[in-house]
Amino acid sequence: MATTTLAPGSKTYERSWVLDWLTTVDHKKIGVLYIVNAFAFFFFAGLLALVIRSELAVPGLQFVDESTFNQAFTMHGTLMIFLFVVPVFSGFANYVVPLMLGAPDMAFPRINALSFWMLPLGGLLIVSGYLVGGAAAGGWTGYNPLTQEQFSPGDGTDLWIMGLAVVGTASILGSVNFLTTIFKMRAPGMTLFRMPIFVWTVLVTQALILLATPVLTAGLIALFIDRNYGGSFFDPSVGGDPILWQHVFWFFGHPEVYIVILPALGVVSEILPVFSRKPLFGYKAFVWATIAIGLLSFSVWAHHMFTTGVVFLPFFTFMTALIAIPTGVKMFNWLATLWRGSLVFTTAMLFALGVMSMFLIGGISGVMLAAAPVDFHLQDTYFVVAHLHYVFFGGAAMGVFASAYYWFPKMTGRRLNEALGKVHFWMLFVGFNATFFVQHSLGIQGMPRRIADYSADAGWTEMNLISTAGAFLIAASMVPFVVNVITTLLNGEKVGDDPWEGNTLEWATTSPPPTYNFDRLPPIRSERPMFDLRHRDDPNLHPELAHAEIATIEADS
Amino acid sequence: MSAQAPARRQGGFPIPLVGMLLFLSSEVMFFGGLFATYFSARASFAGPWGPPSGAEPLEILPIALPITLILVSSSFTMHAAVRAIRRGNSGALRLWLIVTLGLGLLFVSGQAYDYTVLGFGISDGVFGTVFYTLTGFHGAHVFGGVVGLSILTARAGQGQFSARNHVAVEAVSYYWHFVDLVWLALFSTLYFLR
Repeated sequence: MATTTLAPGSKTYERSWVLDWLTTVDHKKIGVLYIVNAFAFFFFAGLLALVIRSELAVPGLQFVDESTFNQAFTMHGTLMIFLFVVPVFSGFANYVVPLMLGAPDMAFPRINALSFWMLPLGGLLIVSGYLVGGAAAGGWTGYNPLTQEQFSPGDGTDLWIMGLAVVGTASILGSVNFLTTIFKMRAPGMTLFRMPIFVWTVLVTQALILLATPVLTAGLIALFIDRNYGGSFFDPSVGGDPILWQHVFWFFGHPEVYIVILPALGVVSEILPVFSRKPLFGYKAFVWATIAIGLLSFSVWAHHMFTTGVVFLPFFTFMTALIAIPTGVKMFNWLATLWRGSLVFTTAMLFALGVMSMFLIGGISGVMLAAAPVDFHLQDTYFVVAHLHYVFFGGAAMGVFASAYYWFPKMTGRRLNEALGKVHFWMLFVGFNATFFVQHSLGIQGMPRRIADYSADAGWTEMNLISTAGAFLIAASMVPFVVNVITTLLNGEKVGDDPWEGNTLEWATTSPPPTYNFDRLPPIRSERPMFDLRHRDDPNLHPELAHAEIATIEADS
Repeated sequence: MSAQAPARRQGGFPIPLVGMLLFLSSEVMFFGGLFATYFSARASFAGPWGPPSGAEPLEILPIALPITLILVSSSFTMHAAVRAIRRGNSGALRLWLIVTLGLGLLFVSGQAYDYTVLGFGISDGVFGTVFYTLTGFHGAHVFGGVVGLSILTARAGQGQFSARNHVAVEAVSYYWHFVDLVWLALFSTLYFLR
């Protein structure tokens, strides 16, 4: 077989550039589509964040009225979570998981395309509320009875429900695809415990999506029936139970937190070993910690509902605090990986360290909120907003940028400019902390979330001003990023197939990889096949590999 | 893609069936969510549980029990179809698929008829809401299965399945048995757990 043509050449089925991207079932192109689509929604939702922060800079209503403000924070939260952080990691995972496993594609390429194309559809449904007299304004959590017909009339909320149901279905189909790929498409030698940590985190994330999202779908359908067909699931005036919505929403919503953060933790676990020039400390402990977080995430949902008075406080406090243990395991794994490593501070590494430090703060404030007595004081204050953003932005979104800088050379063959990248990182890091750190204090002083205005006598003005200035610094940090991406695509430094001396299989093929991914694969005898390949002549490292034949397996044997 | 995939040997369970089982596990959670709303609504409901006053109470006759028996027997005919094609008997496959399809249509029609004679609607109190939501979404799933069976029947008519190559039949049969099991849970909940 080695002498025959491995695959049809790229010119065999020539199509126009546009048609090719619209009809592609190649996991790499679909991954890029996911990422581009997610960033489009990221920039739109980011502008909404600037609307929120501008209005809150000083007391008084300067720019928008309350109704517009409510729509802005609802759309900001919904889009950032459901159309940016979750799908953008689906995009990176789409691109790199088959490569990391030594697979030619995902298990179901056409379902893969379907689950991508449902995303922009769902996103546009959600946003189209703006065209029909006002988008949804009930917060991203859509609490009842606020989202019932009499308090949220108009089509915006119905479009929000429909859009979320479409996005949820897309992610369920995607998770079926990812899990089947991980279970069935691994290259010979790629056992489960040799998979890269990123693949492990994707596995657990997708299992959470598979099992949590349908519960949200059920809740959304119930809400839709209440609003449109006279149902009485959540409407207390006709015998329904508004607390039921909170149970259903958070049974999905808390696993969702780990759906958002776990892939970022996986990316950090890929980047730290590469730029510390050491193996990841405690690979198996890390895997089990990831699985433990996934399992525990289904038993903590009611910690969002302490102040409703209907949940058993000690159980949910205890289970929530328990999650700190596997999370702590990860934190110490990373520290031990860095310890006495030969650290290389690339932009990707800086973002990975940013995730580590910011997620640590978000995790600690999470444990604080898990304590019911503290939570009664802080529920629905800016402390919660700060906590959420340290996890979702400082953790997950910084992980997105770490992924972007780390895998950009794989996707394009060109490396993003490091100087501009570092400008991006430091502006973002300073801006982020300026925006959100002060919000801890605002929350402790009692500033509620989701208000458009506050009294000048409250003593919150200075911190709000700092927070708003920080938000504009975050927005400004996107300028060097976008400039960097555009100039690198046009004229960036070409860096070959493996610029970072990576450990995992995506670096074994060309940059960008061919349609079929691999001509040949190195032997897979550890979780670092590329490291083994580089050091195959070192008998101290790998006695079993000494004098191995020039070690590649024909992928097409 | 198939032309480009390395022809490595995949042992064990076929990929499409893994996908179907994973999909069904998300369906379990979907119906789990709906059942949770049912039991939560029931637990917090003040007054006697059941159809609103003025409407007839739910009875397993004349409709509910017969359509239950129809759906349960369709699982057996579906299994007969699978067994037929495992032996390579595509004539029997076609026959059993058509029988299963007919039983599925009978169930959906029976349920639709039931909706017209029940004396309450989806907006008549909490019971009406959960009753129509749960049975309606189950009925929609049966209808989805009917669509799948129609496609299988058409493909079987073109002789597309053989003893070695019939994974689509197996996958649809998983789905069909699952929908049957959901109905048994739903039927017991609505008619026996009063």
